[in-house]
Amino acid sequence: MLTKKRLTVISIFMLVIYFGLALIFRESVIGRGEESLMMFVSKLVFLSTSATITTAFLLIFIFKKELIQDQFATFNRYKHLLRLMVKRDFVARYRKSVLGVLWSLLHPLMMMLVLTAVFSFLFDRQIENFPVYLLSGLIIYEFINESTTTSMTSIINNEGVIKKVYVPKYIFPLSRVISSLVQLGFSFLALIAVMVITGASFKITMLLLPVPILYTFIFAFGVAMLLAAMAVFFRDVMYLYSVLMRMLFFLTPIMYPMDMLPEWLRPFMGLNPIFQFIDYFRDLVLYGMIPGLWDNVVCLSFAMMALCVGIYAFISRQDKFILYL
Amino acid sequence: MNDIAISVQNVSMRFNLSKEKITGLKEYVVKTLKRQISYEEFWALKDVSFAVNKGEVFGVMGLNGAGKSTLLKIIAGVFKPTDGTVSVNGSLAPLLELGAGFDPEFTARDNVYMNGAMFGHPPEYMAARYDEIMDFAELRDFEHVAVKNFSSGMMGRLGFAVATSVQPEILIVDEILGVGDYKFQKKCEERIDNMIAKGITVLVVSHNIKTIKEMCSRAILLKKGEIICVGDVDEVCKVYGDG
Repeated sequence: MLTKKRLTVISIFMLVIYFGLALIFRESVIGRGEESLMMFVSKLVFLSTSATITTAFLLIFIFKKELIQDQFATFNRYKHLLRLMVKRDFVARYRKSVLGVLWSLLHPLMMMLVLTAVFSFLFDRQIENFPVYLLSGLIIYEFINESTTTSMTSIINNEGVIKKVYVPKYIFPLSRVISSLVQLGFSFLALIAVMVITGASFKITMLLLPVPILYTFIFAFGVAMLLAAMAVFFRDVMYLYSVLMRMLFFLTPIMYPMDMLPEWLRPFMGLNPIFQFIDYFRDLVLYGMIPGLWDNVVCLSFAMMALCVGIYAFISRQDKFILYL
Repeated sequence: MNDIAISVQNVSMRFNLSKEKITGLKEYVVKTLKRQISYEEFWALKDVSFAVNKGEVFGVMGLNGAGKSTLLKIIAGVFKPTDGTVSVNGSLAPLLELGAGFDPEFTARDNVYMNGAMFGHPPEYMAARYDEIMDFAELRDFEHVAVKNFSSGMMGRLGFAVATSVQPEILIVDEILGVGDYKFQKKCEERIDNMIAKGITVLVVSHNIKTIKEMCSRAILLKKGEIICVGDVDEVCKVYGDG
């Protein structure tokens, strides 16, 4: 049996082991230490903590199979529902608008135009091809923001269905995140269009773009599950989260260069998952660089942590949702 | 054990009726710290056990508030019981509330496919039955109208037609034979009779003795969440009639 006490002991044990492993393989994982000792240690701590959290939740899922077994065994049966829900979201979005689907392309383009018009006066000289720099960050931020925000209310908004028909609850946030992924696809087309117009060169590394998008998707789905579960019990979460996302929008180098940030804030960008995903994305699109092992480890750590915590929070409380709707 | 369609074992369902509704984080923290959160426990079902055999038409009776609907929702998987287990052996079509899960903003057509998918039927499968559903519901002319503009009768007809378009192994019927006008009710009854004739298991809920007597072979009587008696339909009806 996996009791709380045993899990804590195992977790501490694993933390030490992961820390040791990270220390031994530091050169290949983190890279040669040109940075300060504090940065190096905090990187080690981050790595071992995320690995421990992921392993701890995996252990819970392995030992309490019934937690997830029922959920994912039925996925096949409900995949059509998922497909229809994504389609419905898409249709609903543009109903009664004259331009319809075109808005999926126009909206990010117009947002970018506005922000470019305003901010290019400020940062233009420091950033090469500002429109592409801005848009590449903006579409990743928008994907995370939109998918998590709409998922957060997905359980509450589908009260009518949940109270009357049995449907696996994870379908609701999942369909929202997939809908946002479809939007990301359109925004990406807009990005390509901007790249053509501004005469940016297309890097071969763009072929690797599915990798950061996969990381971001897993991360967004995890956060979405967590928020959806929390919002059922405390509606406050909705307001707090929108403030948090607004804050992150300004704290993330989306429309300004990294070195605009004050010196003391920069190390914290390592803890900002949105920035990590954007940075990965930009490396591939703008700079033709393939991010190193450390960047992959960080992105994957954020994604797995969010996924594990999200699934656990959601599944352990989903039977109570109906009583609080 | 293969001839049992639904088995309900020691099922209890508790609802916490909180005296004050707490929906804010601040309120929650403050109240928890002060230990002021108090619930009034309400047991909608208490230790209910019974089994329904395959091919049987089983009645559930009781006055309002006896726990009939809660019991059905537990069997349909909407509620998870506080205690006890329910096992259902076969595909289930719950006619709990007609039009359950319909999205009012969308057309009848969209809702038919959506509702089918909620019960695990792929769109191609629903497409093959679509014409038959629309004809049965007599809503051919309204297939592109948003469901929010439907009258309750139209909604009920569509709901019934969708839910019964697929031959299930177990059918749950909750007081829904009052759909539409006399003519449509007759059609519904015929359809259910046809299904029964094909040997499916049916769970009927009603507080109408006549309906239960006509349809069922065995029944259960609930009162305030507890079983008063289980057994042959005539005996149970007699107890129910005596009050």
